[in-house]
Amino acid sequence: MHLLICGGTGCTASQSLEIVDKFKAELKANNLEDEVQVVKTGCFGFCEKGPIVKVIPDNTFYTEVTPADTAEIVKEHIIKGRKVNRLLYLDPKEKEHVSDSKHMNFYKKQIRIALRNCGFINPENIEEYIARDGYAALGDVLANNNPTATIDIIKKSGLRGRGGGGFPTGMKWEIASKNHADQKYIICNADEGDPGAFMDRSILEGDPHSIIEAMAIGGFCIGATKGLVYIRAEYPLAIHRLQVAIDQAREYGLLGKDILGSGFDFDIDLRYGAGAFVCGEETALIHSMEGQRGEPTFKPPFPAQEGYMKKPSNVNNVETLANIPVIINKGWEWFASIGTEKSKGTKVFALAGQVNNVGLIEVPMGITLREVIFEIGGGIKDGRKFKAVQTGGPSGGCLTEKHLDTPIDYDNLIAAGSMMGSGGMVVMDETSCMVSITKFYLDFTVEESCGKCTPCRVGNKRLHELLDKITQGNGTMEDLEMLRELSHVIKDTALCGLGQTSPNPVLSTIDNFWDEYVAHVVDKKCPAGQCKKLMQYVIDPELCIGCGKCAKDCPVSTIKRTDYIAPGHKLASMEIDQSKCIKCGACQAGCKFNAISVK
Amino acid sequence: MSSIKIKKEVADKIEAICKSFNNDASELINVLHQTQDYLGYLPTEAQEVIAKHLNISPAKVFGVVSFYSFFSMVPKGKCPVAICLGTACYVRGAEKIVDAFSQRLNINVGETDKDGIFSLNTLRCVGACGLAPVALVNGQVYGRLVADDVKRIIEENKAKFGI
Repeated sequence: MHLLICGGTGCTASQSLEIVDKFKAELKANNLEDEVQVVKTGCFGFCEKGPIVKVIPDNTFYTEVTPADTAEIVKEHIIKGRKVNRLLYLDPKEKEHVSDSKHMNFYKKQIRIALRNCGFINPENIEEYIARDGYAALGDVLANNNPTATIDIIKKSGLRGRGGGGFPTGMKWEIASKNHADQKYIICNADEGDPGAFMDRSILEGDPHSIIEAMAIGGFCIGATKGLVYIRAEYPLAIHRLQVAIDQAREYGLLGKDILGSGFDFDIDLRYGAGAFVCGEETALIHSMEGQRGEPTFKPPFPAQEGYMKKPSNVNNVETLANIPVIINKGWEWFASIGTEKSKGTKVFALAGQVNNVGLIEVPMGITLREVIFEIGGGIKDGRKFKAVQTGGPSGGCLTEKHLDTPIDYDNLIAAGSMMGSGGMVVMDETSCMVSITKFYLDFTVEESCGKCTPCRVGNKRLHELLDKITQGNGTMEDLEMLRELSHVIKDTALCGLGQTSPNPVLSTIDNFWDEYVAHVVDKKCPAGQCKKLMQYVIDPELCIGCGKCAKDCPVSTIKRTDYIAPGHKLASMEIDQSKCIKCGACQAGCKFNAISVK
Repeated sequence: MSSIKIKKEVADKIEAICKSFNNDASELINVLHQTQDYLGYLPTEAQEVIAKHLNISPAKVFGVVSFYSFFSMVPKGKCPVAICLGTACYVRGAEKIVDAFSQRLNINVGETDKDGIFSLNTLRCVGACGLAPVALVNGQVYGRLVADDVKRIIEENKAKFGI
């Protein structure tokens, strides 16, 4: 029997490590420590309901477990064989407990390829990875000794870069393999910068060996003997797990000289990022690895020609690499059978925002947004109405109700004015103001722009100023036109991917939520009630009993008594002088009669 | 370069860090990471020492330090508060949490209070989106926050520092 406990960042933040210790102690106290193994795994994906504990072999899936629950699970489930019902997942629609994760809506539509081992194995134990066909693909590739044939398999599988661009991986490898040099590099881009996307971290934390294996395969194919992982310094757990995995692989002879007797030498080193979104761009990433400012340079020359230390380099994203060993093991035909015509396989999304089931999901390409948000995601929080979903992070756009049934793949998302990006998917409901959200993204871009080219450095700043002006209630219709025009100029003239895509949130919200912009500009109203300057706190004279508490709470003494006494009340109602109101909300927070609302 | 005012032991430690990377200028970022781990921040004096050992100009070191958000040139408080402003936290009301901390601690984002205990910063996504909105206080993650939690969190951490 096994107890799998999630040791990902989300669950460890809610005490999952204490749960591991508690289980060990409980099992020991019951003399069961030899019968039941406690395994700290990578992320299960269902972060909303964490910490997660799974019991194998019966697949019981316990949610929101606390250290105090461990005794009951051991006593009831492990000793007496009775499931602890109150910790099982409660289906919000059916109102029934679901014990096996396979039957949960959150998991039903998922196909887990890149995340195959996350939540199944102990990431710090190479033998558990090997037991699940780990390093078999590397063994095969080395035994066949035919890099061209392997590249051909990846090409035929249709795998495209999962970092955002969607460039065919096999073709990338082919180009790098054809450039001859005394030294080449294969680089793993683990600088996950999109705020709200955490799939790369989860893979590195939950299945680090799959990345090592894939890099070795890639290295063999393109003729690189050196691998480098560029990883965010903000991910201490992922760095630790990856380092442990590299050390173990070296010990097992799967990294180092003459791997598996093939004569192929390969080793991996880590390089730390230092917090710069632009370093997700290949050329900027390479400059950063060389110890410089992470500024992009013009392509060509492409990294495949002149990359790290001026040598041919191939940069792949973490999720892309995680697919490689499976494609080799199961064949390209199998992989190509999943997905749509031009986008094969699966994509991992970080589902977040105003949705019931926040978490990490892996779905086949071609699934619709409706299936993702309403079936896997369990719909919108607190029964509110769906408004938009943002994909592609600060480079992407917002999709609306009319896009809900569009099959998700690289090309469809671009056609709809957004993009795949690294897989952030943030759901918004009617309480989200689209102008504010757009301003939020521009705020990010302005801060992260490296400053090298003028369109991005100055242009985005101007976009941000215009958006700020609109949320303050000072916008004009000319400003809206200016937003659109400036966005196109930046897109056409910026140097790198960051600048070329940074106006996307502006353009897509202007296209899809034009009325909301107009409401801000013409009516000076924020329909979602988020823009402080455009809000009005109003006292309903019929509900107000005239107790005067609001007047006492008001820090700027702007609330006065009127001479209107509502029927049934003894005192005259209160009124807010809008010209003096600073919109702090103290009156509303203090009113016990719900008489104060935001208009 | 003439005005290096830094304790000798600190200068020696930085020299040792540079040496452990073979004084290789392409390892500058790793050197800065370790120096910041040691000092808590990267004062200009430390940058000058690094420049000297790696044989590059202090301007180049400063250029790199100021480029990356992970590097700081101001000392942080003993109990750093960082609020996640990733998209997931943002749409679940992280801004209100920032305001609440700022008001209660009476400092702006990027500042340290006058006792050197609390410093307030924002960061981009710690990856605990399931717990949004999230704050990291003295290394501990506090999730599913509402503005009313802020007072409790501050008191809790003040107690840890005996205030």
